[in-house]
Amino acid sequence: MSVVNVFFYIFATTLVVSSLLVITSRNPVYSVIFLIMAFFNAAGLFILLHAEFLAMILVIVYVGAVAVLFLFVVMMLDIDFAELRSGYMKYMPLGVLFGIGLFAELGLLFKAWTLPADVAKNIATPVPKDEAITNTEAIGRVLYTDYVLFFQTAGLILLVAMIGAIILTLHHKKGVKRQNIAEQVGRKREDAIEMVKVESGKGL
Amino acid sequence: MMDFFWTNIWPWLTWSPILIAFQSLALLVSLLILVAFLLYADRKIWAAVQIRRGPNVVGPFGLWQSFADMIKFVTKEVIIPSGSNKVVFLMAPLVSSVLALSAWAVIPINEGWGVASLNVGILYIFAISSLEVYGVILGGWASNSKYAFLGALRSAAQMISYEVSIGFVIVTVLLCAGSLNLTDIVNAQKGQYGMFSWYWLPLFPMFIVFFISALAETNRPPFDLPEAESELVAGFMVEYSSTPYLLFMLGEYVAILLMCALTTILFLGGWLPPFDVAPFNWLPGVFWFVFKLCFVFFFFAMVKAIVPRYRYDQLMRLGWKVFLPLSLFMVVVVASVLQYQKVVG
Repeated sequence: MSVVNVFFYIFATTLVVSSLLVITSRNPVYSVIFLIMAFFNAAGLFILLHAEFLAMILVIVYVGAVAVLFLFVVMMLDIDFAELRSGYMKYMPLGVLFGIGLFAELGLLFKAWTLPADVAKNIATPVPKDEAITNTEAIGRVLYTDYVLFFQTAGLILLVAMIGAIILTLHHKKGVKRQNIAEQVGRKREDAIEMVKVESGKGL
Repeated sequence: MMDFFWTNIWPWLTWSPILIAFQSLALLVSLLILVAFLLYADRKIWAAVQIRRGPNVVGPFGLWQSFADMIKFVTKEVIIPSGSNKVVFLMAPLVSSVLALSAWAVIPINEGWGVASLNVGILYIFAISSLEVYGVILGGWASNSKYAFLGALRSAAQMISYEVSIGFVIVTVLLCAGSLNLTDIVNAQKGQYGMFSWYWLPLFPMFIVFFISALAETNRPPFDLPEAESELVAGFMVEYSSTPYLLFMLGEYVAILLMCALTTILFLGGWLPPFDVAPFNWLPGVFWFVFKLCFVFFFFAMVKAIVPRYRYDQLMRLGWKVFLPLSLFMVVVVASVLQYQKVVG
């Protein structure tokens, strides 16, 4: 067994175990921590497949940004687990149904899924022919040429989602004093200070 | 295809793993010694600005102060608050320090002097530095204290905000260098004008944006809101004592050093001498690297000494409304210029 295999089994076992712990932990913060561990090990598997760019992006995007927000939310919310688990049996059959469906699809992927012979000609090959270019460059070449439309569409969808989220949460309360930086910086001495000669005993 | 793990997997077959272990150990030991003296330098510079003496008791000029502090930290009792989550409470400082140290694996100190030479080196560093927020969040949450949690929340928002602009600044550098490998980035800065062809001059506004974002990313003053002493006592670290506190401090300073090293590599030409003539090129690359590192750190220390702390909404405004549009605009400009050069010449 080569070293790569040893690492594969280490990453794969940890991935599966931590994924299980995500859904079985009683403390939601532990769940998020195990989710982070699962992401990490998935990144490790990507590295073994020589997909180091994907591995790093997985860590940056999911662990560095998405999971931080999860953790944020989970820590702030006071989740009552007894209440959450009360509906457990009611949704059990539905969950099992979905599970069986997904598992069957996974099985089909290995057994019943074959590509027609002429498809191979149409797909833009993601694996670089040239051994010298890195896989970052390879992904870039495919993403910005053959798949540029899908890539830009995905970007637009995310932008719309982002704007939607901002609009939903942005409330400008009336009557709140806000800082206007440009106004502050543009203020001159003459606007702010006035020299007044006050006679004694009179006031202004 | 380039082997990503050539330093970690192939040596088992071709090299001796002891060599890798030795290299890592040498890097870690020299790094920790550097941190000890830079901590001392930080305090001395800060003191000099305020016309104080600073640490001057332990050893000549107080040089052994950091080591004395370390011994004191290690020998004190670890106090774990009774309401805290013990596992996470002790895990947080470990996460913080181990991540900060592990990012150094890809930093090339001289031509070919790095423990690993990844072809996605800069992404690795970006990934690791984006994870450093976990130490802070987990520490703040596990302490089960209001101040600590407020510090953690501030820190999470702050570090994520400034990572965005750091990311765009890195993209401008990558566009110019055409590689994600740190060694290649440094070599791409080797030009005929010596120190004027390093990226700090062609990408000047980005150099400043990167420096300021690095301050925010490492929670240094004026962006030290997570541990703002006057309002949150010590922020997320308030419940920590002895060795766990030491680990937090260590992680923080190693991360600061990492940001200095990254500034050196991305903008100040890494190990390259300022001019490729004698006597500059007599000195080894390591000297230039450490010299530039200390130069950048001096500015980190000076900023800490002379700039008052930002208010939280100003901090967010600077990150999202100033740096993000500016760096995004610069990405477009740099890409356009490069494309124009390609088309024309």
